[in-house]
Amino acid sequence: MMSGAGGLLPEQRGLHEQTGLAASARRVSAMVLRHWYVIRSSWPRTAELVYWPLVQMLTWGFLQSYLAQATSLAGRAAGLFIGAVLLWDILVRGQLGFSIAFLEELWSRNLGHLMMSPLRPAELIASLIVVSLVKLTVAMVPVALMAYWFFGFNLLGLGIGFAALFANLIVMSWSMGLISAGVVLRWGLGAENFAWLVAFVLLPLCCVYYPVATLPGWLQPVALALPPTYVFEGLRALVVNHTFEAGYMIKALLLNLVYFGLGAGAFAFFLRQARASGSLVQMGE
Amino acid sequence: MQKPTPQEERTAAPPVQVQALRKVYRDVVAVDSIDFTLRRGSVTALLGGNGAGKTTTIAMLMGLVTPTSGVARVLGADMARERYQVLHRMNFESPYVDVPMRLTVGQNLEVFGRLYGVRTLGQRIGEIAQELRLGDLLSRPYGRLSAGQKTRVSLAKALLNAPELLLLDEPTASLDPDTADWVRTRLEAYCRERAATVVLASHNMAEVERLADRVIMLEKGRIVADATPQALIDRFGRRNLEETFLAIARRGQAEAELQP
Repeated sequence: MMSGAGGLLPEQRGLHEQTGLAASARRVSAMVLRHWYVIRSSWPRTAELVYWPLVQMLTWGFLQSYLAQATSLAGRAAGLFIGAVLLWDILVRGQLGFSIAFLEELWSRNLGHLMMSPLRPAELIASLIVVSLVKLTVAMVPVALMAYWFFGFNLLGLGIGFAALFANLIVMSWSMGLISAGVVLRWGLGAENFAWLVAFVLLPLCCVYYPVATLPGWLQPVALALPPTYVFEGLRALVVNHTFEAGYMIKALLLNLVYFGLGAGAFAFFLRQARASGSLVQMGE
Repeated sequence: MQKPTPQEERTAAPPVQVQALRKVYRDVVAVDSIDFTLRRGSVTALLGGNGAGKTTTIAMLMGLVTPTSGVARVLGADMARERYQVLHRMNFESPYVDVPMRLTVGQNLEVFGRLYGVRTLGQRIGEIAQELRLGDLLSRPYGRLSAGQKTRVSLAKALLNAPELLLLDEPTASLDPDTADWVRTRLEAYCRERAATVVLASHNMAEVERLADRVIMLEKGRIVADATPQALIDRFGRRNLEETFLAIARRGQAEAELQP
């Protein structure tokens, strides 16, 4: 039995060691398990993860098929739109997977329990990252298979280039997730819409379906300051010219390091603000 | 003489030590330079009307709110800066904070048990389910339970890590008298068995009289009374704590109305 006596070591108290990598991994796995139980408890929620990416992929895939008959570019670049829509969904679903997992704690009025448990903020972030990857896998694997079945587009056929594109998009999605979670921490569920919409600001700016040169001159520097712009330029180079532009990926990676640092800094700042303003207590009630 | 290690200092420290603790939200003073120290194994009730500063004080003890000035020290750790040294040794129960609704009771206890690093978790869940009569509820989603059942689950979550310090915010609010009595009996048994320290915020004066050996009464963020329940009743010449509470609260109100 556990002892209530003060000053005992955790193991004497019936608890595992509380510091170190193993302790962190245990707490992160607890949070991942919590979200896994939610995912597997409801098939409509799982189906919802697949629904929008599938609808998007089919719409753009059929458009691509139509344009292939009408224009020479679309004919040469089979899979350009399907590839773009699949990669765009990686960005959006990655961010939503992160943000919604965080919002679930507010919806279920559980944040107070977590914030006074031994779970560290960095571990909470790590668990949200893992959950976003799990949700992304659940959503994208069936859609990627369908893209191959319907349109003969093999996402993995992009080879090592796909790994670089994927990595750069998913890191950007976590950066946006961190900022949106921080905003909700500070301003509460009134700011929930920010978490739902933040990724879509990037849709016209990061040139998902057209080259950067299409944008007006004054807007191009904005686009070039966003990591996903290089990812989509890289996709076009890969699909149209069959060349892997390592330079694009390195630029995206460097920008991503900056954005992830900003995202983590914003989350930490807003968490401190929430502790100072008392909004963590209000969220729990 | 050899200097004590930080571990030894924390061992010797009182479970709760509050010094010149103050919290100001914009221009509202929620807690105004309060001091108190709790001894190990004590049950202390924080009383006061709405807005008296009880919730803010408890939130600062949990590290959820940072003080404007002063220190809230729990088990030797400054909760504004060192809370992760002691959070595994304390826990919290409130009807206003839920555990995830979609998870079953068993899944919730498993998740929180892992977060707190409980060894032999399956065995501990079994023990606590038996103690709190949760056996039949373990496979049911938390969101589908009645208020009384949810309180028992929250209590199970709060006792899972056998905390040395238990913070309770209206633990029996919205419960029927029978269930409320049962919860109080369980809390009394836990404190007796574990020599745990309890901080209790409640508006139920009968509950406070039964559980608490010390009452700290707050008004506008300040401590206006600090004594055993019986000493307070005697000092104000009332029959019970409810009448004493009303006397103190209305005295404060009358004084406020006389202010220019």
